[in-house]
Amino acid sequence: MTLIYILLGLIALLGLAYVFRLGGQAATGNKPFFRDMPFGVAFGYVLAAALLLFSVWYFFQPTETDGVPRAGVIFFRWAVQGFLMFAAAAYLFRLLGRSVGTEGSKKLFRSMPLTAAFGIMIIIVYAIVSIFAGVIAPYGQEEVLGAANIVPGGNPAIGGNPEYPLGTDQIGRDILSRLIFGAQNTVGIAFVTTCLAFLLGGSLGFLAATLGGWLDQLLSRAVDALMAIPALIFALLLITIATAWAGSASWQVTIYMILIIAVIDSTRVFRLSRAVGQNIVVMDYIEAAKLRGEGLPYLIFREMLPNAYAPLLAEFGLRFCFVFLTIASLSFLGVGIQPPLADWGTMVRDLSQFINFAAFAPNVAVAPLLAAGAIALLTVAVNFVVDWMLHKSSGLKE
Amino acid sequence: MSEPLLKIRNLWIEGRSDETWNPIINGVDLDLNKGEVIGLIGESGAGKSTIGLASMGFTRDGVRISQGSVVFDGVDLVTASAADKRALLGKRIAYVAQSAAASFNPAHKLMDQHTEGPVQHSVSSKGESTEDGIELYRRLRLPNPEEIGFRYPHQVSGGQLQRAMTAMAMACRPDLIIFDEPTTALDVTTQIEVLASIRDIVEQFDTAAIYITHDLAVVAQMADKIKVLLKGDEVEEADTRTMLSQPKEEYTKSLWAVRSFERPAKPSVITGSTPVVSVKNVTAAYGTTDVLHDVSFDIHEGRTVAVVGESGSGKSTTARCITGLLPPRLGHIEFDGMQLPLDYRKRDKMQLRQAQMIYQMADTALNPRKTIGETIGRPVEFYLGLKGKEKRAKVDALLDEIELEPSQYRDRLPSELSGGQKQRIGIARALAAEPKFIICDEVTSALDQLVAEGILKLLAKLQDQLGLSYMFITHDLATVRAISDEVVVMKDGKVVEQGEKAEMFQPPHHPYTDLLLSSVPEMDPDWLDDLLKERGVDNIGDAAVDKM
Amino acid sequence: MTLFVVSVIIFVAVNALPGDFAEAILGQGATPEAVTAIREQLGLNQNALTRYFQWLSGALRGDLGVPLSQALFAGNFGATAVGTDVTTVVDQIIPRLKNTLFLAGVSAAISVPLAVTLGVLTALYRNTAFDKAMNVSTLSAISSPEFFIAYVLILFLAVLNPIFPSLSNIFPGMEFSERLTRTMLPALTLTLAVTAQMMRMTRAAIINLLASPYIEMARLKGLSPMRVIVKHALPNALAPIITVIALNLAFLVTGVVVVEVVFVYPGIGQLFVDSVKIRDIPVVQACCLIFAAVYILLNLTADILSIISNPRLRHPK
Repeated sequence: MTLIYILLGLIALLGLAYVFRLGGQAATGNKPFFRDMPFGVAFGYVLAAALLLFSVWYFFQPTETDGVPRAGVIFFRWAVQGFLMFAAAAYLFRLLGRSVGTEGSKKLFRSMPLTAAFGIMIIIVYAIVSIFAGVIAPYGQEEVLGAANIVPGGNPAIGGNPEYPLGTDQIGRDILSRLIFGAQNTVGIAFVTTCLAFLLGGSLGFLAATLGGWLDQLLSRAVDALMAIPALIFALLLITIATAWAGSASWQVTIYMILIIAVIDSTRVFRLSRAVGQNIVVMDYIEAAKLRGEGLPYLIFREMLPNAYAPLLAEFGLRFCFVFLTIASLSFLGVGIQPPLADWGTMVRDLSQFINFAAFAPNVAVAPLLAAGAIALLTVAVNFVVDWMLHKSSGLKE
Repeated sequence: MSEPLLKIRNLWIEGRSDETWNPIINGVDLDLNKGEVIGLIGESGAGKSTIGLASMGFTRDGVRISQGSVVFDGVDLVTASAADKRALLGKRIAYVAQSAAASFNPAHKLMDQHTEGPVQHSVSSKGESTEDGIELYRRLRLPNPEEIGFRYPHQVSGGQLQRAMTAMAMACRPDLIIFDEPTTALDVTTQIEVLASIRDIVEQFDTAAIYITHDLAVVAQMADKIKVLLKGDEVEEADTRTMLSQPKEEYTKSLWAVRSFERPAKPSVITGSTPVVSVKNVTAAYGTTDVLHDVSFDIHEGRTVAVVGESGSGKSTTARCITGLLPPRLGHIEFDGMQLPLDYRKRDKMQLRQAQMIYQMADTALNPRKTIGETIGRPVEFYLGLKGKEKRAKVDALLDEIELEPSQYRDRLPSELSGGQKQRIGIARALAAEPKFIICDEVTSALDQLVAEGILKLLAKLQDQLGLSYMFITHDLATVRAISDEVVVMKDGKVVEQGEKAEMFQPPHHPYTDLLLSSVPEMDPDWLDDLLKERGVDNIGDAAVDKM
Repeated sequence: MTLFVVSVIIFVAVNALPGDFAEAILGQGATPEAVTAIREQLGLNQNALTRYFQWLSGALRGDLGVPLSQALFAGNFGATAVGTDVTTVVDQIIPRLKNTLFLAGVSAAISVPLAVTLGVLTALYRNTAFDKAMNVSTLSAISSPEFFIAYVLILFLAVLNPIFPSLSNIFPGMEFSERLTRTMLPALTLTLAVTAQMMRMTRAAIINLLASPYIEMARLKGLSPMRVIVKHALPNALAPIITVIALNLAFLVTGVVVVEVVFVYPGIGQLFVDSVKIRDIPVVQACCLIFAAVYILLNLTADILSIISNPRLRHPK
């Protein structure tokens, strides 16, 4: 039955698209825009308009019928409001960047798309939160407070408490504080890991590219072999072993995890920096420096590295996302960052069953999504910035 | 007079950069009658190709026609609908691109691509157009015309592909063909046969053509009339003979004059003196295949030795042997009579300093992240041990020497310089080491003619002032004529002939040298005809090389 | 060949455990008999090389040993030989592998055509509003962890609008349509994660291709846009697209682990995670080997297919 409705809707849209194009042609006196428009494109326009209309209509639906909350509408509203809020914040942020700062930074902000501005803003916010977590957070991350399972939203009528704006978890720890400390733990650990991976993979990659020969062969084959195992799987395997090794000390497990992920990720960094290095090494200015009699350190640090800066920075962003997601996934699976340290991956797993209450208590279901959303938000932000950087550097070449 | 076949009026074209539209072509007019060939000439950035494509009603991404009309046989291609344009393209207007190797689809055989136009435009059936294709291949003097069309593009050589592409353009017998630098990527001996066959077939079918090139001598052979462009503006237009003999505008005259630059001859070498650089019986190999065979020549103080040859002749490999990047398998290099270690890593600072190199591509020869001052300053510091103020003074002196204002250029990055300026920085970097000998590897081939002339004059001046010796690698005989004292001709990794320049440009000499010399187009519009008469159509280009 | 190297790495990694492996597993209170039993059970009293080849030859014959949980049981009760009623690793893995392959198959069947179509469309209409919207949404999808996508899907498609069940408890002998419905949510999650990546890569490949001179040539020959795409772009796009697909299917293999845990889907990924938690080394080893094998196989397929679809390599000079 639903299928027939969908089909009918589709046919109606197809018809509308045809009318739209014909009408456009008639109204504009056959301007090239409508004249050369393929039917598919016309359909696209109509479909987009229909979706937009539907969203607006749905947004203004009442939030409850006969006292029962309509969770779908509520969630949709939250999503749209959140989206608009972030967009507005990013816009203001970009405006700020354009008017404050040095000439260079102003110019940078002027050519920046909104997505990149959003990304930079989020990264700054996360950096501040994770550095000053201890000051910002209202409670400690391990602190067990009086009441468990307080509903987020701070509305006492539905089981909230204004003292705990995002509620508490099953054993009564403040979710907001844990989210803030989670930023420190998760982001901090991911950052350290990525730096380690870059130190290891980057230096070896450049060495392999500059020296070539047997060292290059040896390292490349080794990396090929390591990369033949999927990263997450390999990490899981090694962590299993590491936990057996570490015994009961949970902080040791965390250290091992950092090292393991750093090594696994350094293979990817090695590949990239080797490729980048090789592209630079064949340049005539490197040959000129070699023929001048320059030593290896000068070649690598003074001639090559400044030119590899842009791709490496972009890769750092992507690697960071990857490491961050891997750690979050591991924690989610229960083998990553160990309790009692607050961590987003673990929080999602612990709070996940609340999602089933969404239909009648939308507020309750928010908690697990908040932690997962916090992870997604940061990676999205970093990806936006990286995307912009890559676009910019490729655009300059044209 | 009847209406011209193609009539371009007040054509303005804009290109987008950094979100703004900047003009590329500023109101150009063009008339072309049936069966007429017009040559569009200009330096890079003049907008030749853009006009060529616009005359098909086509613009590349990020480029748009903002004003004007392109009327082809009564149809304005600027306002015509996409479908109307498609009906003309390929059928009545055809295009021959610069790089045939990239413009043939690697996934299909030549003949399938050849017949696609006629079949899609319902001009003829696949069978007919295949037969016609073979006939065209024969007329264009391609080897094995029956068979060559059934190969994939990568199985056919560059010169042959360029002719196959001309055949493809001819497939529907169009009224107009746009040739966009069709011979620029080819060697001179190959270029000449492509030129001859293009000209013949255009004449045979009475096709009108727009011939785009930066090479004056080439356009002199091909076109009935010439239009000179500069930065999107028309400089002047006249029929070929008038244009060559009496150019009106200053710019055109300066273009013409480039070809006549020649430095005065120097007295010949005193016999018995020790050469600065001596290449002794060098044989070198990449992997296990020898690419140089027993190469020997001397370079004396204050003299320029031009090493000439086509691509793959081993010119640059010889340079790599001299610098020690590719240690020779047999033979060795002497410097001031002393034998140099074969590998550059075993040479000491003094030996490295004496021989410097200037590269073909100034873009890759300068580190894009270093300012001009840093680039030139490094060898000053490294070899001469100068620091701080002294170093700065030396850098400024060097910039003065290459005729760039120090205060203005010292702190710039290479990306803020033009091609010619970058090449000058390359020269300054070589000079900074205070060498006796400089290898110039095709230093002018990536530059426009006027700029190239400036570089050649600068090099000549520096040689006179500092007593430098040059090894000048080039494929361009005009450059050889302009700057060299001695010439070494190379082919397939061997030295074919060597001697004083005056001797080399006078017969008699080795048949390959002869072929090479005679294949360089000259400004005389009758040159190609005369040459063909002299040699016969079957004795030019690859065919002539193969006979050797 | 690569697989051989990988098996060495996995084995070495497992054997890099310090001290006595058997003791480590049994803990402090183990009786000496139990430790000996375990050792014999696992062949730990032999040297590493022998053990490796035993394991490898066993793996090639389809014998991956006995799960530790079983062996432990046997060891503690003094049994020295494995009885016939003991489940082997292979017995545990095979049905789960089938489930996982089913899940991966369903998501591939949805995501591959979807990604390629969208990739081509965004490449054709690049820099339009449609392209930009797709760019933002795919970037977001790539950036989100799989469990975030999973919970959002659960929220909307299982809790708020009960279309699909949120738990994918499938079992043998289930009807196909029922099985498909229950697999749908994990499959959709994987689809979302993989499609975004695949689409972006397809888009990049196509844009790269459309900039090549022979496409411009084809357009200048007056061919219709459809013909330009089908006849001139597609044959050359095949190789990059195949590579993209294979790469992402390989990625799918990894993604399966988290998704199976979220939906309690009885596949090999969940088995793997469970084994990791109880440190059941033989099972972990075996799962790892299987994941790596699939991963390598897919990459190999990509290489071979891209060679086949390249005319230069098919028709040498």
